[in-house]
Amino acid sequence: MSANHDRANLLEVRGLTKIFGTLTACDHIDLNIAKGEIHALLGENGAGKSTLVKMLFGSLEPNSGEIFWDGKPVTITSPGVAKKLGIGMVFQHFSLFEALTAAENIALSLNDGSPISTIAAKARALSFSYGLPLDPDSLVGDLSVGERQRIEIIRCLLQTPQLIILDEPTSVLTPQEADKLFETLERLRAEGKSILYISHRLEEVKRICDRATVLRHGKVVGHCNPRQETASSLARMMVGSEVKAVVRAPAEGIETAPALLEIRGLTRKPATPFAIPLKNINLTVRAGEVIGIAGVAGNGQGEFFESVSGEVLQQDAGSVRIRGKDAGGLSITGRRLMGAAFVPEERLGHGAAPRMKLSENLLLSRHATDGKAFVGSGGMVKNGAVYSAAQRIITAMDVRKSAPDPEAAALSGGNLQKFIVGRELDRKPSVMIVNQPTWGVDAGAAAHIRQALIELARSGSAVLVISQDLDELFELSDAIAVMHNGELSTPLPIAEATFEKVGLLMGGAEPGHAEHSLEVA
Amino acid sequence: MRIELVKRPQRSALFSVLSPFIAFALTIIAGAIMFALLGVNPLNAFEIYFVEPISQVWQLHELAIKAAPLILIAVGLSVCYRANIWNIGAEGQFIFGAIFGSIIPVLFPGFEGPLVLPLMLLFGMVGGALYASIPALLKTRFGTNEILTSLMLVYVAQLFLDWTVRGPWRDPQSHGFPQTIQFGDSAVLPELMPDAGRANWGFVFALVAAVLAWLMMGRMLKGFEVRVMGSSPRAGRFAGFGFNRMVFFAFLLSGALAGLAGISEVSGAIGQLQPVISPGYGFTAIIVAFLGRLNPLGIVAAGLVLALTYLGGEAVQSALGISDKVARVFQGMLLFFVLGCDTLIHYRIRLIGMALTKPNDAAKLEAAPKLEEAR
Repeated sequence: MSANHDRANLLEVRGLTKIFGTLTACDHIDLNIAKGEIHALLGENGAGKSTLVKMLFGSLEPNSGEIFWDGKPVTITSPGVAKKLGIGMVFQHFSLFEALTAAENIALSLNDGSPISTIAAKARALSFSYGLPLDPDSLVGDLSVGERQRIEIIRCLLQTPQLIILDEPTSVLTPQEADKLFETLERLRAEGKSILYISHRLEEVKRICDRATVLRHGKVVGHCNPRQETASSLARMMVGSEVKAVVRAPAEGIETAPALLEIRGLTRKPATPFAIPLKNINLTVRAGEVIGIAGVAGNGQGEFFESVSGEVLQQDAGSVRIRGKDAGGLSITGRRLMGAAFVPEERLGHGAAPRMKLSENLLLSRHATDGKAFVGSGGMVKNGAVYSAAQRIITAMDVRKSAPDPEAAALSGGNLQKFIVGRELDRKPSVMIVNQPTWGVDAGAAAHIRQALIELARSGSAVLVISQDLDELFELSDAIAVMHNGELSTPLPIAEATFEKVGLLMGGAEPGHAEHSLEVA
Repeated sequence: MRIELVKRPQRSALFSVLSPFIAFALTIIAGAIMFALLGVNPLNAFEIYFVEPISQVWQLHELAIKAAPLILIAVGLSVCYRANIWNIGAEGQFIFGAIFGSIIPVLFPGFEGPLVLPLMLLFGMVGGALYASIPALLKTRFGTNEILTSLMLVYVAQLFLDWTVRGPWRDPQSHGFPQTIQFGDSAVLPELMPDAGRANWGFVFALVAAVLAWLMMGRMLKGFEVRVMGSSPRAGRFAGFGFNRMVFFAFLLSGALAGLAGISEVSGAIGQLQPVISPGYGFTAIIVAFLGRLNPLGIVAAGLVLALTYLGGEAVQSALGISDKVARVFQGMLLFFVLGCDTLIHYRIRLIGMALTKPNDAAKLEAAPKLEEAR
C-alpha cells in the first residue's frame, strides 16, 4: 500500500519558519501529506520536528510561511482551530490527570457538555473497534504507560480527525505493544485518514511509513520512500555524516571477577500514591561488565536509581553493597566516597544546576570525593583547580560550547550530557550507574558516550545502565535485565537476548523467572 | 501593538548591575509625581528628602546608625533568599535578640567589666537564632510555610516585648513609663568617633558581616551549597546537600544576625528596652536585600540608601509638614520597581507591531528583521 502520487494533498506546508531568539528552529519547511498515507517526519533531537508539529497544531505561531488544508490557505492560531479543521495530535508527554478516570480525562478535552456515560460508551466502542482495548472507568493512575497512550489516541480519534499527528509514539511501548499500534495505524490509513508519524527509530519508519520527510538543523534535507532506503542511508540523511559504530570487545573472565555492586532484596514502599514500589530486587554487577536494565518508562526505574544512588536511604544497610561493603545506610556522598558515581536521567535540575557554570557543576558531584583537590582550608573553593579540571573534561569528552565556562543551560542537551558523563568518568569510578545515558542526545554524541561507558567497564569497573532504548542496551550491555512494575528480571546474557524476549519481559511476562518466559517466547 | 518578553540565553550581567539604578530612577519619577500631587515642588522636596539629611558630618553618623541594623539583617536574609528560604520574620528575631541580649544589663546590673558587652552580643545572637529556629523546626518537621510562620512570630515577639517592659522588667523608678532601667556603662556599645557623631560599633559589625558573607557566598563550599539548594534543590540533593540542614543553617544564620542587630540597637542607640525598639528594620531589610541584588556588598550600599529614606521622611515631615509615612511609600515603591526591573536580567523586551493576520503579511512584517537578528 504505497503512496499514490495522484492522490490529493490533505495538508501542504510551504516555507514555514519559526525563530526563537537567535535560533532558527524551522527554516522554510516544505511538507506535503496526501490523503490516506502514513508520512514519517524524521530527524534527530533538536532537528525541529516538535517545533514544526506545534505550528501545525496551533500551539506555536510561525514567523512566516503558508499552510494549505485541502487546498485552501489556513491560519492555525490555536489547538482549537486545528481540531476544528480535523487535525488531531497525540503528544509524546501525556497530559492526563492521574486521579481521574480515562473517561473523565476524555470528557475534559472534548469539553462539549455530553455526559460522562455517553463518552465512556463511545470510547469503549471506538477502542475495541480499533483493537486498542480500554476500560473507560479505570483510574489513569492505575494504568500502564501503554494504556495511557491509548487514552490519548482514543481521545484524538473521538474528534474524527482527518490528520493524526503522533509524536514518538513507540518510545514508551514494548515491541509487542508497538506492533499493536502499527496495526491500528494501518487500519486508520485504510479508512483514508492521514498520519504524520514522528520518530527517530528507522526500522519502524521503514516498516509502516509510505513517505518520509527528513529534517536536519531545522531544514528539510530530503523527501524519500523509506521502503527503498536502508536504515543506514536514512541515518546518514538525519545525521549528515557517518556515525561511528560502537565497538564492544567481548568481556573475559567476568564470572570470577569481584562483584563491585550488589543489590540484595531491595524493597521500597511507594513515596507517593502513584509511585512504583520496588519489590525484592536482586542484581550483581561485576568488575569489567556492563549490565543493562530495560523497561518501559515509569516501571520503577527512577525509584530504583534514587535508592541505589543514596538520594533515598535504605532501612536494610545490606540491600545495597558497594565493593563488598554495606552501603544502604549511606548518603549519596558516602556512596561516592566508596567509589560509586551516578548520572541521573534529568540533566537540567538534577544532574546539573541549569544556571550555574560548568565548573560549578563539576563541584556539584565531586566536592566530597575530590575534597583535597577542590576545597582548601576553611572551606574555601579552589576555583583555579576546579576550572582546569572542568576544562580537562570538556576536552576529553569533546564538549562543544560557546564560552570558556558557560552556564549548563546554555549547552545543547547532547553536549551537557557529555559533560555530565565525563564529570564522573574523570574520577575513574569503580561503580558507575547511569540512567538514560543518551536520552535526547544526537547520534554522534550518543556513540561517544556509549563507547566511553564500555571502555570504563573494560578497564575494570562495574557499569549499570538503565535505559528505555533497546537498541542502546543491545549495543552496550553484556547482559540485560528488565524492570517491570517494580520488579527486576534475572539478567539475560547478551548472546541469548533478543528484542522479542526482552520485549515480553517488558510487557510483564513473569519477571524474576526469565528462563521460564524464554520457553514461552 | 503588544509587548513580548523574550528569554535571554544567559542572564545579562549588564542589567544585573543596571537594574537597581533603573529602579531607583523610576522611584524618583514616581516620587516626583507624588510630591506634585501633594502640592509640593518636587525639586524642593527632593533636596530636603535626599540631600539635606546627609550634608553634615554628624548627619552621616545618624545615617550609619540607621543603616547598621538594616545591613546586618539584610546580609542574613540574603543568604536565606539565595537558598530559596523565605524568612520574613527578621523583625521578630531582631526583637528577641534585643530581649535576650538585655538579660545581663537588666537582671544583673551589678555585673560590670569588659566581659559584659561580648556576652550581651553573644546572647543577642543566640536569642535571634533561637527565635528563628521555630519556623525552621516547623518547616522541617511539619512542612509548614515558613513565610507565614516567621511573619506571624513577629507579632508574638512585639507583644512579648511590650509585656516584658510593662511587666516583669519595668524599671521601678520609671514613674510608670514602660521601659527597663538604663544600661550600665559597660553594657553600652561604644561610639566610634564620639567627637564627630553618634555612630557606634554596630556599623562596623554590619560591614564585617557583609564582607564575611560575601566571602562565604562567592568563595566557600558552604556558599556554593546555599546557591545550589536555592536554584535547583534536586541537583542539591544529588550533590549530597541536605534540605533540612540548609533550612536550619539559613534560619539560624539570619536569626543570629538579626539578633545581633537588635542587641546592638538597644545597647548602642537606645540604651534600654522600650515597647518599640525598631521602626520596622526587619521588614525594610527585605527591601535592602533585594535592592542589593542579594549580594552582601551591594547590600551595604542599599542599606545606606534605605537608611536615607528614613532620615528623609523625618526631614520632610518637619520641613514641609508631609507625613513621615512618605518614607514607607518610598520604600514600597523602591521594592516594587526593583522586583520589576529584575525581569530585565533574564528577559529582553520586544515590541511587536501587529498581530499576525495573514501569513504573507507576517512574512513581510516580521521575518526580515528577525532573520537578520538570528544570523
